[in-house]
Amino acid sequence: MSEEGTAVKLGRKDFQSDQEVRWCPGCGDYSILAAMQLFLPEVGVKPENMVFVSGIGCAARFPYYMNVYGMHGIHGRAPALATGVALARPDLDVWVITGDGDSLSIGGNHLIHALRRNVNMKIIVFNNQIYGLTKGQYSPTSEVGKVTKSSPFGSLDTPFNPLSVALGAEGTFVARTHDMDRAHMVEIFRRAHDHQGTAFVELYQNCNVFNDGAFEAITGKEVRSDMLIDLKHGEPIRFGADGSKGVVLNQFGECEIADVAEVGEDRLLVHDEHREDPTLAFALSRLADRPTTPTPIGVFRDVQRPSYEAEVQRQLVISSEKQGPPDLGALLGAGATWDVS
Amino acid sequence: MTAETTQLKPESLEEVVIRFAGDSGDGMQLTGDRFTDVSAVFGNDLATLPNFPAEIRAPAGTIAGVSSFQVHISDHEILTPGDAPNVLVAMNPAALKANLSELIPGGTLLVNSDTFEERNLTKAGYQASPLEDGTLAAFRVIQVPMTTLTLESTKELGVKPRDAERSKNFFALGLVSWMYTRPTDDTIQWIEDKFANKELVKAANLAAFKAGYNFGETAELFDHAYAIAPARLAPGRYRNITGNTAVSYGLIAAAQQAKLPLTYASYPITPASDILHELASHKNFCVRTLQAEDEIAAVNVAIGASFTGHLGVTATSGPGVDLKSEGIGLAVSLELPLIIVDVQRGGPSTGLPTKTEQSDLLLAMYGRHGEAPLPIVAARSPSHCFDATIEAARLALKYRTPVILLSDGYLANGAEPWLLPDVDALPDVSVPFATEPNHTDDDGTKHFWPYLRDPETLARPWAIPGTPGLQHRIGGLEKEDGTGNVNYDPENHEYMVRLRAQKIAGIANDIAPVEVDDPSGNASVLVIGWGSTYGSIQQAARDARESGVEVATAHLIHLNPFPANLGEVLKKYDRVLVPEMNLGQLVKLIRGDFLVDAVSLTKVQGVPFRASEIEQAIRELAK
Ligand code: SF4
Repeated sequence: MSEEGTAVKLGRKDFQSDQEVRWCPGCGDYSILAAMQLFLPEVGVKPENMVFVSGIGCAARFPYYMNVYGMHGIHGRAPALATGVALARPDLDVWVITGDGDSLSIGGNHLIHALRRNVNMKIIVFNNQIYGLTKGQYSPTSEVGKVTKSSPFGSLDTPFNPLSVALGAEGTFVARTHDMDRAHMVEIFRRAHDHQGTAFVELYQNCNVFNDGAFEAITGKEVRSDMLIDLKHGEPIRFGADGSKGVVLNQFGECEIADVAEVGEDRLLVHDEHREDPTLAFALSRLADRPTTPTPIGVFRDVQRPSYEAEVQRQLVISSEKQGPPDLGALLGAGATWDVS
Repeated sequence: MTAETTQLKPESLEEVVIRFAGDSGDGMQLTGDRFTDVSAVFGNDLATLPNFPAEIRAPAGTIAGVSSFQVHISDHEILTPGDAPNVLVAMNPAALKANLSELIPGGTLLVNSDTFEERNLTKAGYQASPLEDGTLAAFRVIQVPMTTLTLESTKELGVKPRDAERSKNFFALGLVSWMYTRPTDDTIQWIEDKFANKELVKAANLAAFKAGYNFGETAELFDHAYAIAPARLAPGRYRNITGNTAVSYGLIAAAQQAKLPLTYASYPITPASDILHELASHKNFCVRTLQAEDEIAAVNVAIGASFTGHLGVTATSGPGVDLKSEGIGLAVSLELPLIIVDVQRGGPSTGLPTKTEQSDLLLAMYGRHGEAPLPIVAARSPSHCFDATIEAARLALKYRTPVILLSDGYLANGAEPWLLPDVDALPDVSVPFATEPNHTDDDGTKHFWPYLRDPETLARPWAIPGTPGLQHRIGGLEKEDGTGNVNYDPENHEYMVRLRAQKIAGIANDIAPVEVDDPSGNASVLVIGWGSTYGSIQQAARDARESGVEVATAHLIHLNPFPANLGEVLKKYDRVLVPEMNLGQLVKLIRGDFLVDAVSLTKVQGVPFRASEIEQAIRELAK
């Protein structure tokens, strides 16, 4: 965190490294990088107090382009590496940049355990529903039937719903945004950063080379107002050009889309991101099975739970109060000893 | 408990090897531990060999469920838990059956005769009671109805018989304590502390312990007790220590001597878990421990912590090293300090979780893809784990490299007296962090280059997050030396591969030369070992020399790189013998590196070498 009281004036340039950015031309990653570099100056944390950790994949190149401390780790392990960083140094701002294959396939275990521990790190999952770096195999978020080089007759694997996974793993902050809306990305980054604990952000990202247009049906400028449901805490959930559509709960507690005129405003679900119980957030995460039907974006869940490293720090303090200052000689000689003369 | 009724003065012995054996539920490890601690405080030299089943609850009364604890105590310096017990305490028929073959002829057999009834005999696979059919004629058999006597001694206390029966290990401990004139106060105190919150259990254990002791004194089964005088060890203050505790303390000491906080992440695994337990209870030393979701996470958490300026450590056993290989390779490429402790156990796969083996040397050496060399340090005895750990930390920090520290199941759980080190004299292993840019462009702009090396050690600078102006990115991709920028050029890759290898090879000049023990200077046979075979090798050499065979010994602490003088040492001897608890791993390295026709002596039974086995091999070679 930045030093108390000293206003740090930083600009986009302070977060740009000297490395040439090398994603495919037109890749959604460019706009995410730009959004991040535009956003970070407002946080007021100096670049030297930020650590970006990544695994493997196209997204994992991200830290190289940031003028912060960075680690390009190994496939899937970024949450574990970042846990080490955050555990050792709670003073640092820790971000994890990962993709759908990195975080939900090879690194699934680390992801869910980071979430349940509530380590203070911000995990941004660039979900493009494909393996880009290895040139186009289906990923754990690809739809059933997806034809790729490794699934010429269509993928048989039921995909993960990343938000459902994060909510099921006791995530305390779970949100979604997309690469076509810089302002929304910045807003979600800000909310994620403000959260104490693990923030999980699913970011729909277009891989224009291997899975172009995967999110076009919902993120295209012309369709957005009808297809993206912008969640706002405390407000009835509605969307559509004139707010004519809304989300209601059916008798089973599942979310459904309804015509506001038909059901009446009172029946609309009022979004409450602070609910302790994740059931409603989970129901919302199931509203759109695939990014082809109206899809909620924004913050699904934001609840308070002590961060892991804060609790570790607490134990360190309690132990030193209880056990006293470290005394190596006393430690080694503890218990039964005898003297030989 | 006075000696009034002891008929005769205790007979003096130089040493004795006692094995306590019983069902895993009988508390034999605890009994052995207590006997060991009392003997340690009394001043004997000692070495122990716990041996327990991998199953938490193997069927009671069966051979598979037998747990044993061997302790060797002496009035002189000893190196091994003893080849074979002189005394076997068998709490049931299965324990007798599993251990009898190792009891020396003429040895003392102390059995709980109550358990030798049909059901237990059948479970142990006896057709007839060995107490009655002459099987035990070669031994001095002492039958004691320990269960009955324990129940008797506790019947006034209001303990349920089922519970009271469980105190019979304390009866056995009391009896053996009398036999070997062990002081009783410490054990009584220990029972009082340990069971302070369980009044009845405490009372029953105390009663059983005293009853056992008094039984020895009054029953006319024994002519006299035995005494083993304190050993004449080097002066100083001692404690008893196991290898796992010594590794834990070594890590705390290393962090303190490095002036760094310690971050330790591991996943529970036998026989390494005790290191996590120990460290987790010393948070006042600024020790952060994390029980990771898996072995892979554990090593990565440690790497993450190292990146930020902590001493990052993980420990595991062979199966965990397999999983950590990927992370260790990353640390090789990142050139960050990291310690990986491998408490080796029997393999492959799940193998023998509770048994010892030295079969991970080549795994430590080569178990990563690509050319990924790293230093390997091996502890040679339980207490040596402390020094070996500090040495591993020294190398990791100074050369910014992962270091594998090899221990094994025998060292981990075995105990020996440890001359407490002077904490003020421990080596300073601290290294400076980078604080300034280290490169200036032609136009005068200053940069921090994460791979600009120290010309002497070839170590790269360690710049930790929070240091202004030194922001940098590192990763597992091949990079250009100096700048650290990702670089795929063929020449650069070859240069970097060679450079990383050279950095590790150069450590040979920064480690102690291997010492040779060749008292006469005339030996033609050299026995060279590593790790926990140390005690057996030293004992074998002593025994051989006593019978006139000249033999030299050397023991390697550093297995990669080897000490600079090793080749020279090896060439001085006609024959080189390499005893190892694997199928010949060090011997391959030695033959490969030095073209020496070394002879391999191997054993993979999950238990250490007996000194006699090595002595035999020495004799063959010396012929
Ligand atoms: S392969 Fe796809 S995700 Fe990767 S850089 Fe190219 S466009 Fe972006």
